[in-house]
Amino acid sequence: MTENSEAKKKPRRKANVGVGQSAPPWPTIIAFLLPAFVLYAVFMVWPLIQSMYFSMYEFKGLSREGFVGLDNFKELFTRYPLNEQLPRAFMHNIAFFVGTMAIQNTMGLLFALLLYGSRKGKRFFQTVYTTPYLISALVVGYLWSLMLNPLFGPVNQILKAIGLDALAHPWLGDPATALPAIILVNAWQWMGFPMLLFAAGLANISEEIREAARMDGATRWQLFRKIELPLLTPVIGIVTVLTFIGNFNAFGIVWSLGGVDGGPAGSTDVLGLVFYRTAFRGGIDAFGLASALAVLMFFFIFGISTIALKKFRKVEDQLT
Amino acid sequence: MSNQIAKKQKFSFADFGVSALLWGYAAVVLLPLMLVLGNTMRTSREIFKNPAGLPTSINFDSYVRAWQEANFSIYFFNSLFITVSAVLLATAVSALAAYILGRYTFFGSKFLLAFFMAGLMLPFRLAIVPLFMMLNNMGLVDSRMGLILVYAATGIPFSIFILAAFFRQLPQELSEAARIDGASEFRIFGQIMLPLVRPALATVTVFQFVPLWNDFFFPLILLRSTEKWTLAVGMTRFFGEFQTDWSTLFAGLVITTLPLIILFLLATKQIIAGLTAGIGK
Repeated sequence: MTENSEAKKKPRRKANVGVGQSAPPWPTIIAFLLPAFVLYAVFMVWPLIQSMYFSMYEFKGLSREGFVGLDNFKELFTRYPLNEQLPRAFMHNIAFFVGTMAIQNTMGLLFALLLYGSRKGKRFFQTVYTTPYLISALVVGYLWSLMLNPLFGPVNQILKAIGLDALAHPWLGDPATALPAIILVNAWQWMGFPMLLFAAGLANISEEIREAARMDGATRWQLFRKIELPLLTPVIGIVTVLTFIGNFNAFGIVWSLGGVDGGPAGSTDVLGLVFYRTAFRGGIDAFGLASALAVLMFFFIFGISTIALKKFRKVEDQLT
Repeated sequence: MSNQIAKKQKFSFADFGVSALLWGYAAVVLLPLMLVLGNTMRTSREIFKNPAGLPTSINFDSYVRAWQEANFSIYFFNSLFITVSAVLLATAVSALAAYILGRYTFFGSKFLLAFFMAGLMLPFRLAIVPLFMMLNNMGLVDSRMGLILVYAATGIPFSIFILAAFFRQLPQELSEAARIDGASEFRIFGQIMLPLVRPALATVTVFQFVPLWNDFFFPLILLRSTEKWTLAVGMTRFFGEFQTDWSTLFAGLVITTLPLIILFLLATKQIIAGLTAGIGK
């Protein structure tokens, strides 16, 4: 649209957009950047760096005492009950992640496919399915703990009313079903998010490719399996990493459904709760221990998500 | 078009199945919400007897109880004040930084952008111990201001990510003409560039609002006195105290959620743009 001006201007980089313009003087640059930099560095980055430092010190309440090297890390794995709670919580997080991938994200993909194109009411369904994401995890948890209440909860009452007495069950009270119930409630809240991401990914696949496949006589399943699914790899990568980060940071939803101890009987305890309890309900040396746990969780979450993103990018490169 | 019609007739059975699935899941999402809404207008005794029943009269007693007796009025205005302040602060400082980072390259500009972007992936809550100690030293524990600063900081990476991309796409001529007329960088930013990225500002503002309004972790740790609590923390105590008064409980859930539902209905586009930022168009 601006071929004329382009020719006149001899742009340094990309045609006529702002990048590459000679930068304003340093004082101006600094004035623009400083507020965001200070706020972000002081309240976000610095505390994260400090965690690593704190993890190697002994604490007495709020005051930092001597350097203790890796003792805090050792304590995490030897002191009762942490040594039992931590591995258990870790396994619950893994189960939470796997369950969410299998249920929530598969459903998200399914609904994105069903709503692909110009199906009537597409916008309506997308909006409805996304709505629960707006609700606080706490409210979602309380809402479903009332719904699933074994005495008065509507879920069991409805199951009984339609003759499915066998399914009526204290879902959250039974250690065997509590975590699966939380996975389902969490999926209820978040399914719309992967659905929207998959929908955006599907919209990026050009109609010509689909048309070509159809001309070659591909069935709907073949079109999905051979064309759409491989081309969705980048989106699947993002969804997987976001799910991973979300599940390993889970806190509010588990708190409101299982309590601060991840009940019943620790069957829903996750790392987020263990971390909170260690820091704010622990003993006198809690802050050092909690910092050590934070460092481990940080490297695990940040490390795995970075590696996963790289891996997915590699697959993506091979595709194109 | 005719092709579509032919296809529809051919697969009408499958099509029926798809519709049933779509409506079925819509019911799974909406029924619990409707149930909550309906039950706010019934007494707790009615709810115990039949939780899935319909309200017999339109009355808002339960809302009045939650609002007055359960302190929801206080929590509500705290949430509103803290969330709005944090979002405005984050958006303002992010717009300034995103403008410079999006439009100019200079020594360190790439590094700075990466530095801000790293925040998109940091499990930030894990820094709560040093953060708590720092705020404690600054006298900002149990203070709304402390929470506002922390929240504003968490909003910066996403806001810069979106806004820088928008600033980058604005044509160069605009600022150049103004510069020739002797306008300062701040005037170019404020009077020419900022109005042009209004859609992005809307996305960033609306999208930051939701997680902050709903956050439970930071107020739980950083706020002590009841009169400073936000809805999310207030809810935890409320849930314990009103355990048997389901009618009031449900009203509390509605009061907490309603502002976001309204926001969503007013700004569906911005929220969806925020959720799918970074993927295609």
